[in-house]
Amino acid sequence: MTRLLALVRRDAAMAWRSGGIWLPVAFLLLVAALFPFAVGPDAALLSRAGGGMLWIAALLASLLPVDRLIAPDRDSGVLDQLVLRGLSDEAIAIAKLIAHWLGFGPPLMLAVLPAAALLKLNGPTIITLELGLLIGTPALAALGLMVSALTASLRSSGALAGLLALPLAIPLLIFGAGSLDDQSGSALKLLAACALVLVGITPFAAGAAMRAGRE
Amino acid sequence: MSDARLTLSGVACVRGGRMLLTGIDLDLRAGDSVVLRGPNGTGKSSLIRAVAGLLPVYAGTVERHGAMALADEMLALDMQASLAGALAFWTKLDGQPDDQLHGAMAALRLASLADVPVRMLSTGQRKRAVLARVMASGAPIWLLDEPANGLDTLSLGLLDKVMARHLDQGGIILAASHQPLPLPRARDIDIGLYVPDAEADAA
Repeated sequence: MTRLLALVRRDAAMAWRSGGIWLPVAFLLLVAALFPFAVGPDAALLSRAGGGMLWIAALLASLLPVDRLIAPDRDSGVLDQLVLRGLSDEAIAIAKLIAHWLGFGPPLMLAVLPAAALLKLNGPTIITLELGLLIGTPALAALGLMVSALTASLRSSGALAGLLALPLAIPLLIFGAGSLDDQSGSALKLLAACALVLVGITPFAAGAAMRAGRE
Repeated sequence: MSDARLTLSGVACVRGGRMLLTGIDLDLRAGDSVVLRGPNGTGKSSLIRAVAGLLPVYAGTVERHGAMALADEMLALDMQASLAGALAFWTKLDGQPDDQLHGAMAALRLASLADVPVRMLSTGQRKRAVLARVMASGAPIWLLDEPANGLDTLSLGLLDKVMARHLDQGGIILAASHQPLPLPRARDIDIGLYVPDAEADAA
């Protein structure tokens, strides 16, 4: 357990050091700033479409670091050394999942606040959006890690990872963006169900991919 | 450390659909060392990785008693971190005291490089850093893949001392090298010409 925490700390520190934390934030803010230019400064339209737009931005922001999650550690032998020390690939995947989420989930949720102001979202919508992101970002992190592990041994894996991850993110997008107009709260529950599945299977899927990629 | 043991019986390795090695039998106890020899591509590294558990063993069994440490061509140190910081990550993970790391760095003359980022190190310095990682791990079984590659004469002397001390303390060394290693008591196994003991007896 302490070894897992040490691994999480290392990965999170590496994300921090390489500027990985500001990248999703800047990305989200840029999208939020550009969106009014694209659709026009109509406040009613912006506040209606802005929440969904931020969900798409969050989804894309989660994919920014996918080529740095597994491949560098695989190529430098860090994964081999961890396995040699008796850590299972699944445990490594869990540590990397937590570190990846720490690297973009909380910063993204903070960045949503100024972005929501730019898009003229109202108070209740912001709260629902933040709640949805709290549930949804771990699932986005899981998705990113899974495709990162699957494509770690390929060249120019970033683009392929995006192509693999985006279709799998559709349910998250439907229920995440859907929760913004939904008063009953059922969309959030379905979002949580999707997130649970993704977070649940990712350690096994990513672990299996890492094991299969070892040569 | 003295109850460490590494036993291979009838080990075979397959890489890319090609049978590289068959019927490798080894029994290493505390203080034993084996050097795998042979030209490039004969499967020395594959055998080391199979013993480390990083490659599936096609046939036979590998039994390990005691922790293992692996030094291969991959650095496994964070390029951005300082040398001491990158090595300390592994010693912490291994639950070893800091003194162990200081001792290993001093033994391999890396103490003066402690604050240098790993990416600035030269080839030989990186190789020594990998050896320091192995040494600081406190593991009794050392798996060294071409440990002498890229080392100058002075560093070879350091490697010599470090390996001798490890064996004296009851460690085990399984090394693969195409150049001579200063392991006087080591059993040499020529992988290219390997004949299992039983067949050799029968012949």
